[in-house]
Parts: sequence; structure tokens; C-alpha cells
Amino acid sequence: MEFNYTIERGNFSGAGVASSNIKKVLKQLNVDNALIKRVVIALYEAEINVVAHAWEGQIHVRIKPHAIEMVIADKGPGIPDIDRAMQEGYSTASPEVRAMGFGAGMGLPNIRKNCDELNIESKINVGTTVTMIIHL
Amino acid sequence: MEGEAFYHALKITEAACTGCTHCMHVCPTSALRIRNGKAVLNEAACIDCGVCLKSCPQRAIIVEQDDFNKIFQFKYRVILIPTVLMGQFPEEVTEEQIFSELHNMGFHYVMEVDKATGIIADETREYMKKNAHLKPFISSSCPAIVRLIQVRFPSLIKHIIRLKQVMDTAAIYARKKFIDQGIPEADIGVFFVTQCAAKIAAIKSPVGEDRSSVDGVVNMDFMYNKILLALKKNKDKAVVPVPEQYHLPPESINWTLTGGEASHYDGRCLCIDEIHNVIEILEKLENDELPEIDFLELRACDHSCAGGVLTANNRFLTIERLHKRIDIYRKNNYVTVNKMPLYRDFLHDQIQLTGEIHPRSIEKLDENRLVAMEKMQKITRILEVLPRIDCGACGAPSCEALAKDIVQGKAKLDQCIFRQKILTENGQITPKESTELLAKIWGKDKLNKNKKDKE
Repeated sequence: MEFNYTIERGNFSGAGVASSNIKKVLKQLNVDNALIKRVVIALYEAEINVVAHAWEGQIHVRIKPHAIEMVIADKGPGIPDIDRAMQEGYSTASPEVRAMGFGAGMGLPNIRKNCDELNIESKINVGTTVTMIIHL
Repeated sequence: MEGEAFYHALKITEAACTGCTHCMHVCPTSALRIRNGKAVLNEAACIDCGVCLKSCPQRAIIVEQDDFNKIFQFKYRVILIPTVLMGQFPEEVTEEQIFSELHNMGFHYVMEVDKATGIIADETREYMKKNAHLKPFISSSCPAIVRLIQVRFPSLIKHIIRLKQVMDTAAIYARKKFIDQGIPEADIGVFFVTQCAAKIAAIKSPVGEDRSSVDGVVNMDFMYNKILLALKKNKDKAVVPVPEQYHLPPESINWTLTGGEASHYDGRCLCIDEIHNVIEILEKLENDELPEIDFLELRACDHSCAGGVLTANNRFLTIERLHKRIDIYRKNNYVTVNKMPLYRDFLHDQIQLTGEIHPRSIEKLDENRLVAMEKMQKITRILEVLPRIDCGACGAPSCEALAKDIVQGKAKLDQCIFRQKILTENGQITPKESTELLAKIWGKDKLNKNKKDKE
């Protein structure tokens, strides 16, 4: 099963639609609650990252019999130093974004904590593709 | 739990039901369908919130109650009344009169159930301190909310405070008090005047405990009429004072109104009334989208218990009267008690929930994930051919609900009137067959009526 969503830059209030929708699907599939929570957190954090940093983005979720694969691809500034971005508390968020309560530098670390597999590919001034896999 | 029977006080009177779909469209758990021209309830999904009853223009949905004469099976009779009952009456009717008339009806002891809120508040504070890791805490006061969480948000069950209902606490207290006075336990009957159907469900099939301490219920609208009638009849007689009349502290009077419970606790508390509002917040909580919250006071009815389905008075007038009651108590400096100090330790042990609050998800399509996945794919395909206008003409509240019913073997695709049009035009079914399909959902009468009109 596949689901697609579009993410708008700067639209924090619109974020969470994808994770909320996927949660509803997983509840119907009788997926364990703790696992649903991991999916929701990872997806929401990834969505917020695009809203906060990129110009636009797409979410593509595939629910397979034994795994959930989530690909978040954005057009944006890219991540210059992925290793540093993975550190807790490291953030390049703008003051505006921080003023809204985001950009604490916990996004990617939180995603890593909740995924079984994580792959990040990024090109400066082109965009970033985050692939998250959670095993069912 | 599969196959478990659920007691529901809400009943659909078949003779009165016209299958108008109002209830079906508002039910927060999609528990209603129309079959043969009548609303049919899915017992496993119903949470006793009463939204259907409020929406029914035919008054075809009723709340079943015990035969009032059941009280006389007991030699010593206690009646527990919520403060909301006081709020039903116009100001001319005094509290003394209400207490007195309840005695005239055959009750030996009248107790305001909200007297037990003092001890519940203390116990809740203690519970929250001990179980800090289970934050945010969800109040267990509203039985419809507990059931909503069981069927739609099972992942949040752990946040429900594991203490008994206020009415059970009051019942345990009253029973113990009279046992200690030498009255045999079997002779004591404790009854509760209920403002809603959910409390009846909580008494007849309690969650998290084996049996309720309340022996029976009297519906509030019934009791309201009974008291008013008695007052009319006895209007020339002097009010006989009753020994147990006492005054409730303002915070106990307020308990069942929105914010009344949460005002007892420190930290961040949200107070949410009306079931759809509650669902909105539980969705957010489940998504981890809420900031750090300590306590959630959640009630199924609009304006909390003042808006209960069995109330007779307008909820805003009820609230006004209760606020006035608080003002009067404050002005007169009435001495108030709500802690039950003599029974404190006894009650502490008695009011802990010992049983499980079972998850019973109505969302999952199948126990087996792979089967559920197949079903969901089928639902997606079915939805592609449905009109997505949620008209309800198929007897289900939405196209999505029909699609789910189809994969669960509870409905057929040709129940959709759009599908029937297409099938008829393609010559796959005759117009007569299409009419027969409609008759199965809406009953023959509705289709006959149209014929008569033409004649």
C-alpha cells in the first residue's frame, strides 16, 4: 500500500497530516501501539524538518507486509554535514523557526532513535532525501 | 475481548424509529446502521455516550431503567444524588424539599454523591504522585470516555487513572456506614440517580472491576418528574426536615461541571467537554502533538454532566443554579465536609481498580496483520468506485464505513444507490431489483408510501 503527501515550506500548522493519516491506517492493520508511535514520531520529525529548512517536499510511504518504508524527499539547501546534524542539540534552524518552538536540534537524532534503518542523502542547494524503514 | 457482551442502557424503540439516519451520522464510533428501515446498534462499538439519543427527532432512542419498585426489595434504602439533580429545579424548590420528598418516596438515607469527591481528589493526587511515569493522567470520571478510549484509542488506556467512580465510592461509604450501625449488608440497597446512560453502563457492566457497588439506577428525568409531582401534591404541608441534610463544599458542587474536577490538581490541566472535542484531543495525544500535560478532564457531554442525556433542565440554567448554590454556601459560611475521615483507610483500599481496562479496538480490520492489509487494499479499491459523498442512502454513515462493512461481510456494494444506477443503466439489474435492494435497507413502507402519493 502506498501513500503520498506534499509538504509546504513554513507551514508548521499543516504539518502532522501525513503522520496522523498513517497512524489511522496502522491502527486498522492491528499494528502494535508502540510501533505505531515510532512511525508517527519519525514521520512527524521528518515532516517538520522539511517545513523548517527546505523549499518543498514529498512524502512517500509504502506499507509492506514486513516493513514500513518512508521516503521524504525535499528540494532545499541540503545538509552540509550530516554527521553533525545527527548530534543531539545541533541545529541550523533560523531564529524564526526557533521562535515557533521548533529547531531544538532533536529532529534527526529522534528519527534515528525510532527507525530500524535510516539513510540520508543530501546535495547542497539541491535537496535531501531521507529514507526511514521500520520493521513490522 | 472477542465475544464479550456489553450492557447498553440505550435502546432503540423499533416501533418509533423511522430510520431517519440522524443518529447514524452523529455516532462518534460509527456504531449505527440502517437495516429494514430501522436503526441497528453494533453493541461492541457503542460507548453509551448518548449522542444518538440527543439527535433523534422521533424520541425513538430511550434509556432503559430499573423498575422503581426494585428499591423495596431492600429493607434499608439509600439514594445517591448528583448535584446536577439539584440544578434541574427552579429556584423556588429548596434543597430541603428535595431531600424531604426523597424520604417520602421510601428512601431512608439521601446522600449527595459528590460528597465523595473530596476523597477521590486526595486519592487522585496520591495516584498521580506514585505513577508519575504514566503522565498525562486521564480522569476516569466519565464512563463514556473510558469506553471511547477502549474502542478507539487503546494505546492511551495506561493513562486512565485507576480509581473507581465517585458514585461507587459514595456507595461503598454509605453501605459501610450502615453495616457499622448494625444493619445487615443484604438489607442495604444503594441506588443512584443518573444523568446519563454511560453511568448505567458503568453500573451494569463496569470496567476494571467485577461489580459495581451501586445496586440500581433511577433515571434523572423520571426522578425529576416524581419529585415535582410530589411537591405539587404536598404543597400545603410543612417540609419535614431530614437528619442527613448537610452542605457540600463549593469544589464538590462544581465537580461535575466543566473544569470542576481539574481545578483540584496542580500542573497543566486541560478540561474538554463534548465527545467530538474529546476525540480531537485524544488524536493529538496519540500523535504526541500535545505539549506536556499533567491531567486531562474529559467528558462526553456538552457542558459536562449538566448536559447529560437524562437531564430535564437546560444545561445553562442548571449551571447557573449550581453556581448560585455555591454563592449561597459561601455567603452563609456553611460548614462543609467531603473527606469522610473515619473511613479514609477503608475507602483507600476499596476504591482502587483491581481489574484490567481491556483494549477492544474497533479500528482493526483483522487480528492478523497480513489479512488486515489485504482487507485494507480491498477497501481502497472499493472506495474508488463509491461516490464519496457520505449520503447514507446505503444505510452506513459514510462511503468509507460501507467499504469497511463490505470487506467484513456485513454489507454489499450494490447497497450504494450510485452503483445501483450504474448497474440498472448497464442492464445488469432491473429497476425492480434496484427497488428491492433499497427496500432491504429502508423497509418496504418507505417505497410504498411514494407509490401512494402518486395515486
